[in-house]
Amino acid sequence: MTESSFTFDDRRVGFTAGQTVGAALIGAGIRSWRTTRVEGRPRGVFCGIGVCFDCLITIDGVPNQRACLIAAQPGMAVRTQEGGGRDQLAV
Amino acid sequence: MTSSRFDVAVVGAGPGGLAAAEAAVGAGARVALVDGAGQPGGQYWRHPAGDLDAVADLHHGLKTFRAQVRAVDAATTFFGHQVWTIEKVAAGFVVRAVVAGTEVEIAATSLVLAPGAYDRQLPFPGWDLPGVYTAGGAQALLKGNQVLAGRRVVVGGTGPFLLPVASGLAARGAKVAGVFEANSPLGWVRRLPAVLPVAGKLTEGAGYTAALARHRVPYRSRHAIVAAHGTDRVTAVTVARLDRDWRIVAGSQQRVECDAVAVGWGFTPQLELPLAVGCATRVDVDGSVVVQVDEAQRSSVPGVYVAGEACGVGGAALATVEGAVAGRAAAAVATGRAAGAGAVPRRLVGQRNRLRAFASAMHRTHPVRDGWRDWLTDETLVCRCEEVSAGRLREATDELGATDARSAKLLSRAGMGWCQGRVCGYATSCLVAAWSGRPFEPGAAAERPVAVPIPLGLLSQHPGT
Repeated sequence: MTESSFTFDDRRVGFTAGQTVGAALIGAGIRSWRTTRVEGRPRGVFCGIGVCFDCLITIDGVPNQRACLIAAQPGMAVRTQEGGGRDQLAV
Repeated sequence: MTSSRFDVAVVGAGPGGLAAAEAAVGAGARVALVDGAGQPGGQYWRHPAGDLDAVADLHHGLKTFRAQVRAVDAATTFFGHQVWTIEKVAAGFVVRAVVAGTEVEIAATSLVLAPGAYDRQLPFPGWDLPGVYTAGGAQALLKGNQVLAGRRVVVGGTGPFLLPVASGLAARGAKVAGVFEANSPLGWVRRLPAVLPVAGKLTEGAGYTAALARHRVPYRSRHAIVAAHGTDRVTAVTVARLDRDWRIVAGSQQRVECDAVAVGWGFTPQLELPLAVGCATRVDVDGSVVVQVDEAQRSSVPGVYVAGEACGVGGAALATVEGAVAGRAAAAVATGRAAGAGAVPRRLVGQRNRLRAFASAMHRTHPVRDGWRDWLTDETLVCRCEEVSAGRLREATDELGATDARSAKLLSRAGMGWCQGRVCGYATSCLVAAWSGRPFEPGAAAERPVAVPIPLGLLSQHPGT
């Protein structure tokens, strides 16, 4: 199996072909990559099949993507998502 | 973008949808098979991209799956296409899917919907901690990604699905610290007439039980995971013995260290698409809202057939039989070839009856009982998306006067977030009914006109919707 990698908050995370971003993060021992909008609590994968939206993450600058559905690609820049992921739009 | 017109569009490529596509192809129809995932299999036959062999030991019925995949080679497949709605038009239906933000329209004369189901959840203190997964989520990590949810995992909830989840984790090297089944498996013994004719299920169950024994996994019935502990991730759970109504037996609480938890309380069918085309529903034995179908899997909407969990949670074998019936019938009406259209083969009727009787015994053996409500504290989140606690939901019923799930949602925001009540809908309906003294409304959160996230720009192209 080929091993590739993406970055998560500038840390290198390896994955095998076909793994989702969420699975690769869990495989690397990372359990959470989002903070909730109200209480700032950590969240990661819960349902694992695209139903619950708990695993939202920012990939290549685009927030609110479901880490459990998106296939990992070499060179992706994956980042922790704070709140709604669009703080730059706050007024 | 519009595809060419098909006789039958099958939505969902799990056991039910694959069987439907296979049958429709076999009946000479031009078939479109649509699924949000990149490859066939659904949740049941989930496997790493293009590598079924890697997880073959975790699966059952792969002979059926491989034969189905070969058969649907004659269909036009639309994988990676997430269906967001289905429209009824004069000549049939238009299935609207999104791929990378762009819409694809698939037109067909008749439809088979096989959308499947996801784990039903009950809230408990700490269930929002990272490291707590749905049972299906832990299974998807394993079967689809070959990743273990944790090194030391606790599995709990109710229903036979807990067994493959626990034995799969153990087989791949996780320490399973216990399987906690809230009901008593003795319920099966009382329902032997429904169990014995389905020999395959017995063999499968015996296989899991043996695997758990081999890995020295403790199995406790009438026990549940009633709280998860940790600050930023789960580090332990409280497990307790339950009485008949699932209230905690005083003094029975035990702390179990773990780094992951997998919980499930049966399944909730995915009804967005059947509801979008207007299919009539009923409430099944397990309290789930399901599509009402006749002998030929025909829904109340002419031309729409439904197979699998959406017409009653019953597992892959039942979905396969229902799919075969639905695909055949949908092809017959679309192609106008009347041959055998009216009659469902007796062999399939018999199999379906036996598997439905088994499903019914399963639901009666593994019901959700009321006592779980006492496990909650005021601070326990009910709605994970909008972070609505049990205390705030209670305020909506007790102080703000909500007497139904919908007004409780409007007043508390429970069910208004990203998942649109898919996760908390069942629990919210149960809690509001109990606190307001009104009847339980099983379908309160089922209708979602937009089934998957789509760009707003796409929605604006549909002034009529």
